[in-house]
Amino acid sequence: MYDFNSYTEAHSIDEAVRALGGNPNARVIAGGTDVLIKLRSRDEAFVGRDLEGITRIPGLAGVSVDTQGDITIGAATSFSQIENDETITRCLASLGTAAGSIGGPQIRNVGTIGGNLANGATSADTAAVLLTYNASLVIHDSSGSHEMPACEFHTGPGKVRLEQGQLLTAVKIARADYEGYRGSYIKFAVRQAMDIATLGCAVLVKMDGNVIEDLRIAFGVAGPTPLRAAAAERFAKGKVPSGKILEQLGRICLEDTKARDSWRAAKAFREQLITVLPQRAISQALGGDGNA
Amino acid sequence: MKNKVIGDSVPRWDARAKVCGRADYTADIPVKNALHGKIVRAGIAHGRVLCLDIEDALRVPGVVKILTPADLPKTKFATAGHPYSLEPGGDVYDKNILTDYVRLYGDEIAAVIAETPLAAAVAAEKVVARYEELPFYLTTEEAMADGAVELHEGVKNNILADTTASVGDVEQGFAQADHIFESEYQTQIVQHCHMENQAAVAYQDADGRWTCISSTQIPHICRRILGEALEMPWSKFRVIKPFIGGGFGNKQDVIIEPLVVAMSMAVGGRAVRLELEGEEVLAYTRVRHAIRYRSKVGVTKDGRITAWQMDAVSKTGAYASHGHSIAAKGAGILSTLYEIPNMIYRSRTVLTNTGNAGAMRGYGVPQITFAIEAMTEKICSALNMDSFEFRLKNFKKEGAPHPLNGIPMATNKVADCLTQGKAAFGWDGKMAAALGDKGGIIRRGLGVAAFSYATAVYPYSLEIAGCRLTMNQDGTVKMMVGATEIGQGSDTGLIQIAAETLGVPAEMVYAEAVTDTDIAPFDTGCYASRQIYVTGMAVAKAAQELKDKICRAAEQFYKISSQVLDIEDAYIINTTTGDRVASLGDLALYTYYDKARARTLTAEVSNNCHNNSYPMGVTFAEVEVDTQTGVVTLLSMLNAHDSGVIINPLLAEGQVEGGMGMGVGFALGEDLFYDTKTGAPLNNNLLDYKIPTAMDVPELGVLFVQPVDPYGPFGAKGLGEPPLCSPAAAIRNAVCQALGFEIDSLPLTPGKVFAAIAAHRSGGEANV
Amino acid sequence: MRKAINVEVNGKAHEMFVDERLSLLELLRDELQLTGTKQGCGVGECGACAVLVDGKAVDSCIYLAVWADSRKVTTIEGIAATDGTLSDIQESFVESGAIQCGFCTPGLVIAATALLDQQPEPSRAQIRRGLSGNLCRCTGYSKIIDAVENVAKTRNGG
Repeated sequence: MYDFNSYTEAHSIDEAVRALGGNPNARVIAGGTDVLIKLRSRDEAFVGRDLEGITRIPGLAGVSVDTQGDITIGAATSFSQIENDETITRCLASLGTAAGSIGGPQIRNVGTIGGNLANGATSADTAAVLLTYNASLVIHDSSGSHEMPACEFHTGPGKVRLEQGQLLTAVKIARADYEGYRGSYIKFAVRQAMDIATLGCAVLVKMDGNVIEDLRIAFGVAGPTPLRAAAAERFAKGKVPSGKILEQLGRICLEDTKARDSWRAAKAFREQLITVLPQRAISQALGGDGNA
Repeated sequence: MKNKVIGDSVPRWDARAKVCGRADYTADIPVKNALHGKIVRAGIAHGRVLCLDIEDALRVPGVVKILTPADLPKTKFATAGHPYSLEPGGDVYDKNILTDYVRLYGDEIAAVIAETPLAAAVAAEKVVARYEELPFYLTTEEAMADGAVELHEGVKNNILADTTASVGDVEQGFAQADHIFESEYQTQIVQHCHMENQAAVAYQDADGRWTCISSTQIPHICRRILGEALEMPWSKFRVIKPFIGGGFGNKQDVIIEPLVVAMSMAVGGRAVRLELEGEEVLAYTRVRHAIRYRSKVGVTKDGRITAWQMDAVSKTGAYASHGHSIAAKGAGILSTLYEIPNMIYRSRTVLTNTGNAGAMRGYGVPQITFAIEAMTEKICSALNMDSFEFRLKNFKKEGAPHPLNGIPMATNKVADCLTQGKAAFGWDGKMAAALGDKGGIIRRGLGVAAFSYATAVYPYSLEIAGCRLTMNQDGTVKMMVGATEIGQGSDTGLIQIAAETLGVPAEMVYAEAVTDTDIAPFDTGCYASRQIYVTGMAVAKAAQELKDKICRAAEQFYKISSQVLDIEDAYIINTTTGDRVASLGDLALYTYYDKARARTLTAEVSNNCHNNSYPMGVTFAEVEVDTQTGVVTLLSMLNAHDSGVIINPLLAEGQVEGGMGMGVGFALGEDLFYDTKTGAPLNNNLLDYKIPTAMDVPELGVLFVQPVDPYGPFGAKGLGEPPLCSPAAAIRNAVCQALGFEIDSLPLTPGKVFAAIAAHRSGGEANV
Repeated sequence: MRKAINVEVNGKAHEMFVDERLSLLELLRDELQLTGTKQGCGVGECGACAVLVDGKAVDSCIYLAVWADSRKVTTIEGIAATDGTLSDIQESFVESGAIQCGFCTPGLVIAATALLDQQPEPSRAQIRRGLSGNLCRCTGYSKIIDAVENVAKTRNGG
């Protein structure tokens, strides 16, 4: 038995937003794979709260493409749905990889992309990937909806830019941000499944012949929030991705990261991964075996 | 006698029930009107509880009672599941059911009894303790330092025991050596992680005694410890063990049973359930001893060991539990693996404010095997001597007496395990591939490690086992043993031993899932890989006795001398004519219902075993090491075992594979951490404590060399624990071969391997 | 607070009035006495509590009972035929020696059932991934993977 105060289930976004806005004690629950675990460990953020279930809101789960070719992923879309979705596989393959790297099959069947983002963990596998796609997040509240760049969403460990009464409803990726790009995601963890990333590295690369036209690199667990490696991205533009260039690029990634020591991994080790994983991820994205 | 059942892969008798969800574990057994218990745990690692405020907690709706140390007996008890000893110097009696002196973070300081699990959890959170804090020690060095506070009064420098075992004269041995090698090895704290958490329910029965249904490996021992802990005659308790979801030694300690019975006593005999959470099991039940070994070895230039000096410091945590027996066992392991003319083995067991170490599959042998076999490779590589040649030259020989207790190692096929395993593993081909792969980022390596083990605990402790066989009305046989099936398959093996002896098919012998101390014959339970061996002896003797009774009954009813009767395929056979005299079913009807002569046929044997046999074996491992990330990928692994005759190959393979899987975790990922600032455990959950998933264990090879052991039933020796003894050592040796330098501590996590590579490259200290 | 839910469990419709704080695991074990589903870690790490909800495997310990409203739940008790005949996966677990202590077995049978529904011809690597949400400490997984592979081969006529 979980120790929350009440549970209601919204049938529309408006209903959910009203319930959340009108009750400071209300909290969102989607798949529950984070919230229920926190409740069980008697996390004050959830014990005694009024939970608002959102997974049965029509249209909140699923992947769609509009006439422009922009892609919308509902916040309640499960990791399994993302991993197996035809559009994702075709256009956003690295997001499928990230979703498929989470937990095990049972967790992926229930956990949602919205929950992965909204719980604010720097280790969230989908968050780093979405940064490379310049994704924007659709947020609803009583005054309607607005979009926010994914890179502005995470503000600190476990903290995101969502006010009481706001609901993350969708993730949007513009056609220009995936078309012509190739991406990959490497989750570095101790186990092959059921694990949290020691470091996550997402890359998205667009080639012009044998020259890098555009490169985006994002990390999870390289700082308090998922982050982009802007200096390395600038460095890569216009260069041929030779082994030597990639090695240099790996080191430049450290200019933007803020890895720290924790009992899970030493800073020096995380920094080694920060320099190595982008090289491998780029090689993988470009069709190599990743062992650059 | 024809051998029909031994060596057959008979399916486990309980497989169908388990695969349908019909096997009842402790939490599945309905008990009327039960209350729920929750332990209140200390929030400091060392200190005294000055006061305990339970007022707020008592006000939580649904709370029935809160127990504190003041409510419970003051007598201390020992939790280790060892047989009771009539001689002094046995287990350490250092535990109270609840304590006002905290020795580890999470120590048990109070307990809530409530109508629901949630009410109990909420109330437990509201119990407020005020402490006088004392310095806490997470390492043995800190705990042993002069001036350190004694965790238990009178345990000087927190050294629970300090013993030395020796053979010959090491100084003389070192003088004879051409080379001396020295090194230090360290293992980590790991945990059993059985899938079923500790669970128990207790209530007062109709006769006024106390029944405790518990997931225990040692029901009969548990009963005695309940008596000791609660200061009542032992017969006042009845312990019932239903199906068990794994134990691996953790349930060889009596951890929650005294408390749950005390809870029921506190509420007038109403049933109380106590089920630990996964986090509690990981941090606050028992763990494996982390042990630091120092070895000094003398070797001649042609590769013969002349002397081995070993010093072990074992971290037992906050309480003695199994005390010194785990560290001390190492002397026998070292001296039965290799022929060491001069050996000295010192071991110290040290109390620290960390998780309480107790029995865990292998009982110290995975640790010492890591240290022995790492040193062995160091010697081979320094002498530029083949790993196989060196081992074959130095292995203890079959038939040689155990150097410390004199019992001959009647069978010892470790050399055959090495040579046959090498071929089966494809060592030479794999080695060629590994040697051709030294320049790149990803490097291959191979490793081998051998181990010695002992079956059961004779001559150090009592070895007693019981079996009762009853012929049913249709000629089938009910088998009752006090041994404890915990998943390893011993019940099915024992069925086979009974069936083979009796001359019936395995499906005619029924086992019993429940071990009930009021009903089952006395047996000390599941530990030391003893059950097929020791209980198997009792079963074989009982079966022989029943068979003799059946033949004598048949003589009476069918007028044929029992001297010429035998049983085959459940028929009584006239051996002179080869004719079937009658089926067991026909005879059984007479033995039950013949008005004049009916006597039901039962045989009960209590067997006191005065032997020991030595399971031996070797692990072969092939790894890839990513030199940029420190990731070790285990490509293949094979265990070759001499466990004597294998009673059931399919189940035996399963045991071996399971042990190898645990070995993978021990080698590469598992490590229980503590916060150096608070002493709190950091990763006591299955996300952060990394036991292998199905994606982390490679394809596993298993090979059995099967000598017929003269002591074991049908030639069998122990197999439960041996599979976990050598994998970690072999994996470590493979990693070192891949890297070309040594890493001397476990586990080999990516972070540690990378740090070692970085240190090695920068010319720093290679050993980590 | 209690909520009315309609849930079909192992083919039988139940109209229930449940505490909304209840997990599906508690509903199954405590209210319906379907104790074949086990509570292991309680945090979705071990998979001992796996059941099928509308054909998909979920960890019932971290799934609210009210979420099962209007859905079909299959537990281990619903895997064998009503006459007791084991499913081919169950039979294969028995024959392949995939069972030891048995505590993880119900969850693994559920996970294997879902896996073979979605991926009828899995490689051994895919079987490992499909079962990666279920921890087993007894077997080293080898014989469990054999069991699932054997079923796939038999189903595919091999």
